[in-house]
Amino acid sequence: MTAAITVDARLPVRRRPVLVIAGAAFLALVVLAAAFAPLLAPYAPDAVDLSASLVGTGGDHPLGTDASGQDLLSRVLYGARTSLIAPLALLAIAALLGVTLGTVAAWRGGWVDTLVSRVTDVMYAFPGLLFVVLIIAVFGAGITTSVLGLGLAFAPTIAKYTRSVALTERAKPYVDAYRVQGMGGVRICVRHLVPNLARSIVGYLVVLFGEALMSLATLSYLGFGSQPPSSDWGLMVQEGQAAIVQGALLPALVPGTAIAAVVVAFNVVGVWAADRLGARR
Amino acid sequence: MFASIGRRLAGLLATLLAASFVIFAAVYAAPGDPAVFLAGGRDKLTPERLAAVREQYHLDEPLVVQYGRWLWDCLHLDLGRSFQYGDQVSDLLSSRFPTTLALVGYATVLFVVLGVGAGVLAAVRRGSWVDSAVVGTTTLTASVPSFVGGIALVAFFGVRLGWFPVTGSGEGFAGTLHHLTLPALAMALGAVAVIARVTRQAMVEAGAADHVEVARAAGLPEHQIIRRHVLRNALGPVVTMCGLVTAGMLAGTVAIETVFGLSGIGSLLVGAVNSHDFPVAQAVLLLMVAGYILVTTLVDLVHPLLDPRLKAMRSSA
Repeated sequence: MTAAITVDARLPVRRRPVLVIAGAAFLALVVLAAAFAPLLAPYAPDAVDLSASLVGTGGDHPLGTDASGQDLLSRVLYGARTSLIAPLALLAIAALLGVTLGTVAAWRGGWVDTLVSRVTDVMYAFPGLLFVVLIIAVFGAGITTSVLGLGLAFAPTIAKYTRSVALTERAKPYVDAYRVQGMGGVRICVRHLVPNLARSIVGYLVVLFGEALMSLATLSYLGFGSQPPSSDWGLMVQEGQAAIVQGALLPALVPGTAIAAVVVAFNVVGVWAADRLGARR
Repeated sequence: MFASIGRRLAGLLATLLAASFVIFAAVYAAPGDPAVFLAGGRDKLTPERLAAVREQYHLDEPLVVQYGRWLWDCLHLDLGRSFQYGDQVSDLLSSRFPTTLALVGYATVLFVVLGVGAGVLAAVRRGSWVDSAVVGTTTLTASVPSFVGGIALVAFFGVRLGWFPVTGSGEGFAGTLHHLTLPALAMALGAVAVIARVTRQAMVEAGAADHVEVARAAGLPEHQIIRRHVLRNALGPVVTMCGLVTAGMLAGTVAIETVFGLSGIGSLLVGAVNSHDFPVAQAVLLLMVAGYILVTTLVDLVHPLLDPRLKAMRSSA
């Protein structure tokens, strides 16, 4: 239903190791910051101090505070945990579903293939985050619902990709060789076919990470994802937005910048990694 | 030709039916009694409300009949009553839809002009700093979620510089334009990146064709070659992509309208979900999905008109 054409909308990859290294270094830093947040953060992320409401940079608070006096640096450091782990979980769910469906569709062909592609078509009929919004409207807001819903929403894309690479792989002689030896279809798929595709699929997933993070942040911003008192970056932007009108820009811009920076870094590194891993464009 | 259009329309109908069924049947996935769920949860429950819901949704009948009657009602713009606002859902939608439409239209104009312009520029000056600048900037804007971009625009152009109003959709044409500039820009940023890259790639591919080389050897002025031979041939994928992006924008208004406090159908959906007003959420979702499916199908149908080569291919196939 969607893209009738397959124009590659991504960057023409020129080898730009400087940017890739910078991006990777930044991401490593973010991961370390998330892991050691309790050691690095000057305050507890939920330490309310109303006497220090909307303080600017410098002084006791390196990045300032939000309306309830919570230290923004501490919150962003802790928030890195949710903001990094949730997209990973989402992609894991989407990959499990998508790879299974895609492999089955490619292997069985016939009506199974048709069924899978019809179901995918229906899901593609929901643009953007609308499918997840429907799920949240039914099951209620929360980070778990968001992750599960997005996992479901991302699965068709992965299934489509897996199906296309699995079809090529399935035509290779080694598959027939195993079959002639009497090996069952499930065993061939699980033990040989999917592992052989793993590199390419992981390459594809890496590129999806940025989008996963953006989608989750958007849901949290709308109040559909992480709930207070979480330090999820999307939620922080929402909480900080009210202060903008009062002239305090940091509460919204600090987490917003964090989201943008991580996604940019991930996209730069991701496209490079996808190329190295041989993901098909 | 007609057979293929017929097939496309049948596909459109099938997808619309399937998607609307998903939106309808989602009620049954909700934990607990669907009537209670549709009435907005247990805490706001009154017997009158429950009775009204049962009547509106024909909950006593088999699922397929319910779906048929619901669809029939939807087609007659009888979308039930909002529990949050107490209004007819169709009235809510019709009062809020113009803002969303204006926003999407404005954003479309912006991203088409900026995106195609940047893409052509990058392709023409391929390999130069202009190209790198376009590619670099679009990588950056594509990686910023629209709500973050929107917040940044509000912070700088709205609050710091005071050039644009921060909320509301304004009165009259000039007022609307003024109010919607920042939101439209925030929505367009990501799209500009996509369109610029598609345009750039399509132009580069079209520019590599033999007839362009011939035109150049024949001594045609470069701007004419770009306009008549390269851009014309690159137009197919560019227009298609623009159509698809516009279609997707209907859903993109959800975040942007919330950022800028606009009362369109996007913010209506967010409000409805957050206040468990499911009939409203259902109606907005149905409207957005139907709009998206219609526009994408339209784009599909228009594509061969733009590129006669496709028509030739299809009729010979």
